[in-house]
Amino acid sequence: MRNIIKFTFFAALAGLFFDIAPALAEEEAPKIVGADTAWMLVASALVMLMVPGLALFYGGMDRGKNMLSTLLLSFITLGVITIQWVLFGYSLAFGSDIGGVIGDLSFFALNGVGLEPNGTIPHQLFMVFQMMFAILTPALISGAIVGRMKFSTFVVFILLWSTFVYDPLCHWVWGGGWMSGLGALDFAGGLVVHISSGVSALAACILLGKRRGYPAEPMPPHNLPLTLLGAGMLWFGWFGFNAGSELAADGVAASAFVVTQIAAGSAVLGWLLTEWTLKGKPTLLGAASGGVAGLVAITPASGFVGPISAIVIGLIAGGGCYMAVVAKNKFGYDDSLDVFAVHGIGGTIGALCTGLFATAAIGGTDGLFFGNPGQFTTQLISVAAAWAYSFGVTFIILKVLDAVMGLRVSEEDEVQGLDLSLHGERAYTL
Amino acid sequence: MKKLEAIIKPFKLEEVKEALTGVGAQGLTVTEVKGFGRQKGHTELYRGAEYTVDFLPKVKIEVVIKADIVEQAIEKITQAASTGNIGDGKIFVTSVEEVVRIRTGERGEEAI
Repeated sequence: MRNIIKFTFFAALAGLFFDIAPALAEEEAPKIVGADTAWMLVASALVMLMVPGLALFYGGMDRGKNMLSTLLLSFITLGVITIQWVLFGYSLAFGSDIGGVIGDLSFFALNGVGLEPNGTIPHQLFMVFQMMFAILTPALISGAIVGRMKFSTFVVFILLWSTFVYDPLCHWVWGGGWMSGLGALDFAGGLVVHISSGVSALAACILLGKRRGYPAEPMPPHNLPLTLLGAGMLWFGWFGFNAGSELAADGVAASAFVVTQIAAGSAVLGWLLTEWTLKGKPTLLGAASGGVAGLVAITPASGFVGPISAIVIGLIAGGGCYMAVVAKNKFGYDDSLDVFAVHGIGGTIGALCTGLFATAAIGGTDGLFFGNPGQFTTQLISVAAAWAYSFGVTFIILKVLDAVMGLRVSEEDEVQGLDLSLHGERAYTL
Repeated sequence: MKKLEAIIKPFKLEEVKEALTGVGAQGLTVTEVKGFGRQKGHTELYRGAEYTVDFLPKVKIEVVIKADIVEQAIEKITQAASTGNIGDGKIFVTSVEEVVRIRTGERGEEAI
């Protein structure tokens, strides 16, 4: 996002000198840079890979009778949101600002989104990179509602959720809306992607109710090797997610890449050490979950913090998200695959830590620990706003859908498993 | 003719198979099963939530043999499957009325 600001600045500068030095102004006009374009093409593809990665991460954690249903809840976003984004989602998020709240429809059906430079890359490339974020985010929510939600309702839900939650929030933070005006820092989507999906997941699983038999009946993961494979694909794709958010192949992109790796590794240790200490055994699921928690937490901070800060952020995220998972068991809501604990809490930890650990030497803005306490307040406001907006609007959307379509499958379908009852196929046949 | 059903620890399967072929068993059937006896279950841990798993994985061997080698077979299975610890399993012995070899239609001990 910084590049847009940079180029607005250059454009203004060029305008200033236009009368005196028109030749210089021409040189400063935005141009497509080959290296940036090449990197962003790769980064967009990396983020796309996170969707099947997430599907496997979730699928392995669920029961075998819902394996395909769980995979499909993630994968379907590649269909629905691709079209939504092309038709009007991109325009709502990145169209000309209306009152700091939403974009206009000037980019409807990609009208005017061509190959001209946006920053230093083609406008369509910027559009498709952002599309991958819009696709991944509703897929994250699905982990909270597996095994009991009607597929038809979920498809309509993600369409409405993207339109009324993701697109506005994305506009506020990255599209020139009020949060960017406030100075809130969110490099790659702590607010836009993780708090929005995590908090919405909490609203969704509360409204939908528990899986039948939960928590009395054990519902252990059915294939943890697949969960680890999925976590690995997420980790791999996350380099595109975070380092790609620089929108250029430059030093900040490299820094974001480095702290992404550091925080993820540190959070593996944070989660594992916490559960080892409290429960006596280190688990593979804990290591995989810790890695994802660290990736979530470093996301908003990735273009703003240094390596040692990343270690601390990872440790806090690993331990903190583990504690959030354990707290779920006390509150009794059935966030089946812990979307709120990992993405809601992890995203919040990351967004707040950005206000603490940001340093001007890397991203141009200091946080509290570098002498700028105001940044922490700004982060706090933006986190509170993202929480309230995501929870409230998701709640309303699901209330309406409950009245119109119904949220849950029948008891019989749920007991049989959604693979057979909703999709007529099985993951594993003898 | 007698049928032996031996429920054993899974890692003992190979030794028990060799013991049975040693006393003259012509073939056997193996199934992966779950159950519990005095050994009871174990606990599993997923994201901090502990589950008690009552049913432990075991292997069930079914073998039909001539009545005159039953005692010898029981002794060999017991030797091969024993670890001395709880959970080693059990052997059930039942009588078999008839055996038919599908390919040839042979019956009785000839068909075992």
